[in-house]
Amino acid sequence: MNFLTHLLNGISLGSVYSIIALGYTMVYGIAKMINFAHGDVIMVGGFIIFTLMSTLGLNPFFSVLAAMIVCTLLGMTIERIAYKPLRKAPSLAVLITAIGVSYLLQNLALLIYGAESKSFTSVIPVKALSLFDGRLSISGETLVTIPLCIVIMIGLNFFIKKSKTGRGMIAVSEDKEAAVLMGVNVNKTIAITFAIGSAIAAIGSALMFSAYHNLSPTSGAMPGIKAFVAAVFGGIGSIPGAMIGGILLGVIEILSRAYISTQLGDAIVFLILIVVLLVKPTGILGRKIQEKV
Amino acid sequence: MLEVKNLQVYYGVIQAIKGVSFRVEEGEIIALIGANGAGKTTILQTISGLIAAKQGEILYGGVDLQKIHPHKIVAMGIAHVPEGRRVFSQLTVYENLLMGAYTRTNKDEIEETLEQVFTRFPRLKERKNQMAGTLSGGEQQMLAMGRALMSKPKIILMDEPSMGLSPILVEEVFDIIKSINKSGTTVLLVEQNAKKALSIANRAYVLETGNIVLEGDAKELMNNESVKKAYLGE
Ligand SMILES: Nc1ncnc2c1ncn2[C@@H]1O[C@H](COP(=O)(O)OP(=O)(O)OP(=O)(O)O)[C@@H](O)[C@H]1O
Ligand SMILES: [Mg+2]
Repeated sequence: MNFLTHLLNGISLGSVYSIIALGYTMVYGIAKMINFAHGDVIMVGGFIIFTLMSTLGLNPFFSVLAAMIVCTLLGMTIERIAYKPLRKAPSLAVLITAIGVSYLLQNLALLIYGAESKSFTSVIPVKALSLFDGRLSISGETLVTIPLCIVIMIGLNFFIKKSKTGRGMIAVSEDKEAAVLMGVNVNKTIAITFAIGSAIAAIGSALMFSAYHNLSPTSGAMPGIKAFVAAVFGGIGSIPGAMIGGILLGVIEILSRAYISTQLGDAIVFLILIVVLLVKPTGILGRKIQEKV
Repeated sequence: MLEVKNLQVYYGVIQAIKGVSFRVEEGEIIALIGANGAGKTTILQTISGLIAAKQGEILYGGVDLQKIHPHKIVAMGIAHVPEGRRVFSQLTVYENLLMGAYTRTNKDEIEETLEQVFTRFPRLKERKNQMAGTLSGGEQQMLAMGRALMSKPKIILMDEPSMGLSPILVEEVFDIIKSINKSGTTVLLVEQNAKKALSIANRAYVLETGNIVLEGDAKELMNNESVKKAYLGE
């Protein structure tokens, strides 16, 4: 039963990684860049919810909704101001800018909220479920997180496969110039991608902080890096890859903490990443990156 | 309908197009022929807005296309069948065709054009739900042409549509170009297969390292001694 509890916790954490990883993987697919500030957008989402709920006493639903709106605008603003001017710049310049944006967001949060970590009240009003005479207990957060993340992933997949905008996104990610010839506005498509990724990150933020409670200006960094690892693990640019990578990563992390070492949990996660990339450099579902001829 | 005046295009410091002028009248098939690296693709990409020109004008119905956002050019009636087809391999044949109609909004009209494209290319209808990346080279060429037709263009720019195809398919492709033109679409055709291109064109321009060195009636050019020597292998 203990194992089952750990497994469920792992899947729960992993599905949060998955939906955060969607932001990395979609942006990479379309803009061919790693948005390292994505993790800090999660942190901002956390503080918006915290402020609205704990300080202003708003209800959880509206607080999360507001965080989604703020994160969407933030993601689009970052893209417009920091990344769009660098569209033709070398990828190293873009990478350094992304790291700069990340530190900027952390420091702004530090200025406003201070370094001390805040206690985040769960936004999930669901009670824990007790099964098998109390031998298996599933938290309300887990009960909500897993199905919600699955719905988000299926919904996003459906949107990308079936909508015109989604088709435009696939076209841009495969061949920007050919997409332009079809009349696709590439800048607008990139902006929409950032918007979607950031809105989903806000939901991920609500779920993650509800389960782990600690919120500080650097709280987005570690989950951000892990979601990025999940995206690479699954094959960067691939949406199903982000889902599989995220869930695997969450399960591996929780099980290694439980059975191998509490301290070494993160180290094991990164070790596995290195091994996977040595064996299959494109990740589990990644396709070979096509070089332009 | 389309008039290019003193076009100059650079890649970095290298000048690829050195002051090219030509015009395309409504209803014509114009061939632009030249060897590898002459600058044919560069000219078409500049017309479509993928590359910015350093100098010159590209007038289409009196408007300078360089002042138009590249993604808005197709909606003005200019479709481009790019070199190497460049179909979207992760989309199905049907979805690729829908991409061709990306800027159109009337569903019924799109459906009507789709039927016309399927009538012209029955193979595409058979393979409607197949991933475009798994099509043969010839089928991909048909798809690239069908996709361009989905925008209901007034003029279609074709970049080496016969490249890499078997002789039978080459014939077929040129027949299709003729029939597309017959149904009212102007064609600007870039080809290395000068013989075939000249045989269906009204007029032609010969491009050499960024300059137009010869122009005129296609039939006359076919009998021109230097064209015969350099491009027709006679
Ligand atoms: N992206 C680029 N960067 C630098 N130089 C380029 C680039 N694309 C083309 N060129 C150069 O510009 C010139 C014209 O190239 P272009 O592709 O237009 O020729 P083309 O006539 O289409 O040739 P082909 O028949 O082989 O397709 C060539 O010398 C080529 O090397
Ligand atoms: Mg070419």
